[in-house]
Amino acid sequence: MKLLVCVSKTPETTTKITFNGDQTALDTSGVQYIMNPYDEWYALVRALELKEALGAGTVTIINVGPAANDPVIRKGLAIGADEAVRIDKDGGSSLDVAQQIAAYAKENSFDMVFFGKETIDYNGSEVGAMTAELLDVPFVSFATKLEVEGNTATITRDIEGGEETLEVATPFALSAAKGLAEQRIPNMRGIMMAKRKPLNVVAAVETTNHTQVLSYDLPAEKSAVKLVDPEDMDELVRLLSEEAKVI
Amino acid sequence: MVLVFAESVNGTFKKAAFEAVTYGYQTAEVLGVACEAIVLGKAEDAGVLGKYGAAKVHQVADDSLNQLDGQVYAAVIAAAVEQLGAKVVILSHTSTGKSILGRLAARLNAGSVPAANAVPTNEGGVFAVRKPVYSGKAFANIAISSDIKLVSVTGNSIPPVEVAGEVAVSALDIAVPASRITVKEVSRMEGVTPLPEAELVVSAGRGMKGPENWGIIEALAEELGATTACSRPVSDVGWRPHHEHVGQTGIAIRPNLYIAAGISGAIQHLAGVNSSKTIVVINKDPEAPFFKAADYGVVGDLFDVVPRLTEAIRKHKQG
Repeated sequence: MKLLVCVSKTPETTTKITFNGDQTALDTSGVQYIMNPYDEWYALVRALELKEALGAGTVTIINVGPAANDPVIRKGLAIGADEAVRIDKDGGSSLDVAQQIAAYAKENSFDMVFFGKETIDYNGSEVGAMTAELLDVPFVSFATKLEVEGNTATITRDIEGGEETLEVATPFALSAAKGLAEQRIPNMRGIMMAKRKPLNVVAAVETTNHTQVLSYDLPAEKSAVKLVDPEDMDELVRLLSEEAKVI
Repeated sequence: MVLVFAESVNGTFKKAAFEAVTYGYQTAEVLGVACEAIVLGKAEDAGVLGKYGAAKVHQVADDSLNQLDGQVYAAVIAAAVEQLGAKVVILSHTSTGKSILGRLAARLNAGSVPAANAVPTNEGGVFAVRKPVYSGKAFANIAISSDIKLVSVTGNSIPPVEVAGEVAVSALDIAVPASRITVKEVSRMEGVTPLPEAELVVSAGRGMKGPENWGIIEALAEELGATTACSRPVSDVGWRPHHEHVGQTGIAIRPNLYIAAGISGAIQHLAGVNSSKTIVVINKDPEAPFFKAADYGVVGDLFDVVPRLTEAIRKHKQG
């Protein structure tokens, strides 16, 4: 079974977000980058578990980005992926990224393509569905359970106010949510082995961008918290009703 | 023309559908064009969408559409976009909308902005949409330049507004492709507003000390008509069900009122709730980081404060 896991590089969760002078790009000074947590903790680990359970197959991770992304990609190899592919392109819209991944996946036909449920920077939740459409395969979003028997997968996914269980045959794509797997910390042996695993750099295909970020801005500073006497909840109710007008 | 996909669940519309139509109507006003809506599968009184500004409601009533499959839905909506000549397509940023938006963008080779929280602008002919990024820590204004433009709108960001009366529903003849997934089981909570739609949310964390103490949280939620939520540690240890977990790895919500009791307010938790309009934090530790993100704070023992708040709300409701 050939498994492809799409991984993104994102600023670390606790990053303080500021922008450059004309508010058109993230101020990257001092920003630590990580592999997008949903890609790493859930998508990659579940793919590795499936391969281990089958005792056969390959797990390939793919990233669309510049050479500066290599350390993040190497971490995926250290966690256990067999090989990595980086499509050499800096920047681009969600659709652009999906087109790059789809072009590679079409040539190398995979049984399953894994995504995280969203990235923690753009929070778009788009690339999985886009790639699936370009590959003409089913896409199951927000998967919390995945079991595979032969070429049929049984997947449980989160839906509004509940969950849904469905069956789908390979090939298909899915996005991983919390619950699909448990985070794995790479060990020393994994880190050493990762250095010898292949990281293939592939040229990008031609695409057109339909979206462009014009500017970024930060939310208005929150005014200081208004403290209410714990003995006087009537006052809190009055504030919520008359000042905040939410009840 | 602006075409809104109005989601229905088991034939009935949720608030997200009315919000999407209102958003579509307001977008159409900005562009000076008409707003129409499309409904897939069965939907009782789809004409009600007219009230929120849909000048026409189209329905593809094929029974196979009663089960959601993003691939099938995207194919049908894309065909409708072409048949009706829509230039802007609006979806709800729900699990349904998310499974369709990306597919539509790829299928129509169109630019898309997911999770918009404001009506698009069209200054100087540049169609621009605002969305939260970096888990609510910032906003981006994004221009879409393709001929067809796709936008999904975040729940609770545009209140539904009635602007007209009901309209007639016309059948749209579109061939529905076969689904390649088989849905085995769907379970939804009954009688509770799902968290992404809830306007009022009461949430609690480790400060509750144990699952047996949740009665006071449920009583407060019931008195308010709110939905209950919890922090990650609490769902991780199984005190509360997984679907109640709000935060970065759980659900991101933006209710009008978020009351957090016994939650310290780690950055990962804030990422899921920082778009809430009003935040109330109840915590006995005055140094809890959550107070920095709160509008109203109560420094006190939640086991005293929460029942007192419930009682105060009861009195308030009796007026």
